Amino acid sequence: MRLVVDLNRCQAYAQCVFLAPEVFSLHGEEALLYEPRVAESRREDVLRAAAACPVQAILVDPARRPEEAGSDGR
Amino acid sequence: MAGDDAVRALRRDGRIVIVGASLAGLRAAEQLRDEGFTGSLTVIGDEPYEPYDRPPLSKQVLLGRVRPEDTGLPRRRPVDAHWRLGVAATGLDLDGKRVLLADGDAVEFDRLLIATGVRSRPWPHETEAALDGVHVLRTRDDAARLTRRLAGRPRRVLVIGAGFTGSEIASACRERGVAVTVAERGAAPLVGALGGVVGAVAADLQRDHGVDLRCGIMVTALEGDPAGRLRRAHLSDGTVLDVDVAVVALGAVRNTAWLAGSGLAAGPRGIACDAGCRAFDVHGIVTDDVFAAGDVARTPHPLFGYQFISLEHWGNAVEQAAIAAHNMVSPGPERRPHLWMPAFWSSQFGVNIKSVGVPSMADELLVTQGSLAERRFVAAYGYRGRVIAAVGFDHAKWMGFYAKLIEEAAPFPPEFPAVDRRPEGLRPVPAGFPDPALPTHGASVTLTGHSPSERRVVFTPSRA
Repeated sequence: MRLVVDLNRCQAYAQCVFLAPEVFSLHGEEALLYEPRVAESRREDVLRAAAACPVQAILVDPARRPEEAGSDGR
Repeated sequence: MAGDDAVRALRRDGRIVIVGASLAGLRAAEQLRDEGFTGSLTVIGDEPYEPYDRPPLSKQVLLGRVRPEDTGLPRRRPVDAHWRLGVAATGLDLDGKRVLLADGDAVEFDRLLIATGVRSRPWPHETEAALDGVHVLRTRDDAARLTRRLAGRPRRVLVIGAGFTGSEIASACRERGVAVTVAERGAAPLVGALGGVVGAVAADLQRDHGVDLRCGIMVTALEGDPAGRLRRAHLSDGTVLDVDVAVVALGAVRNTAWLAGSGLAAGPRGIACDAGCRAFDVHGIVTDDVFAAGDVARTPHPLFGYQFISLEHWGNAVEQAAIAAHNMVSPGPERRPHLWMPAFWSSQFGVNIKSVGVPSMADELLVTQGSLAERRFVAAYGYRGRVIAAVGFDHAKWMGFYAKLIEEAAPFPPEFPAVDRRPEGLRPVPAGFPDPALPTHGASVTLTGHSPSERRVVFTPSRA
């Protein structure tokens, strides 16, 4: 699954870092780094992080697309 | 109304073509479907990849944390488009309403959206640019090449140009433990975008992280060995540097060359559009079937003196694509203006830099919160007695507040007693932007013909 963070919106509340630390991390005080492509097995964590974002800056693929089924589960 | 009928027919079974398969092109495609467009949709992109996100390329990817091929953008919804990827558009036939492609094909349209963005400004000397070790960073492939090179432990990397991309590259090099020299023609990093006062902070930040920063310096030549590998760089002060890798980060060039001779008002500064994203033709008359969005579009912004502004900002691409797509399939009265508040971010050397408004219009700035010395601050930028922009270092939570001040044309210096105001925040200082009277790379327009029926505009690209 793919995700993107709108870093204009991001205000470094870091809720995503608590909820999905393998995907999101802070670099310094408030610069967010993230994995833009995540294994499907982490979907729940990422969706929780997206839901908890106070400024709703995280956009996640709605669902796995069939043509990606082979390559997305790394 | 007849016009409404035409729009209804277009929404039902019209043909829309989007040239440019990056962020703006993708978001426009999604928005068109959101708006209820059920006709045929073709998206043309010169790169062979589905739309991907560029900001991570100079950050996570260069650090080796994310693979370049893992930057694909998530979809907001299915777009049911015919993707023509890996084939560049080479021409536009305005009268015939066709886009010409590099493979000889042509695609007809009822409405066209141009979202071709920008490319890296290449090193001007072609033989030197072709040396093994000379890089640019704009695309996924560029990032893959440069990341491989950094992983090969080069002895020293030379970054040419200390704008945002150059500074982020230097930051990634230092984080990977690679020695890096940055050569910047201006007085400080980021000086063109943020001015000399904030640029001085960026300079200190670079030097504290071990960057060999050289300002007021130009790279005059890149020298290779007989095998064509980069070996040395010659600087304008006579210095010769031994370098394995040089990254040319001299800004971007708008992808408008394919529109030469098309009759659109497209040139090195972008495609001139109205605030509804409709492109002007070369005579300054607005078209009604050709739209532009993203880095390649220039639109007049009421908040900033109706200046035609083009913004290479991620958020601008998203917003402008949505406006353009809406207007493409909406009758006149329902169309909306693109009134986005310019905003961007950069992360470098562990600092989150954010900007709202248009700092480069400003003449003065005031540090309203925090302190330049601590590299944690907000600087409000003033233009003719109003707040025109704000830049924050590690102050992301405050940017919305300043955006509101800009929208309200709040007085400058700001009258509020800010949180964390320090002595240096009591008096505005000159913002320190380079002299705008210095020569630029702008194109010129010339008038031809004498009688009103013969009067035509000829677009003359700059030779610089």
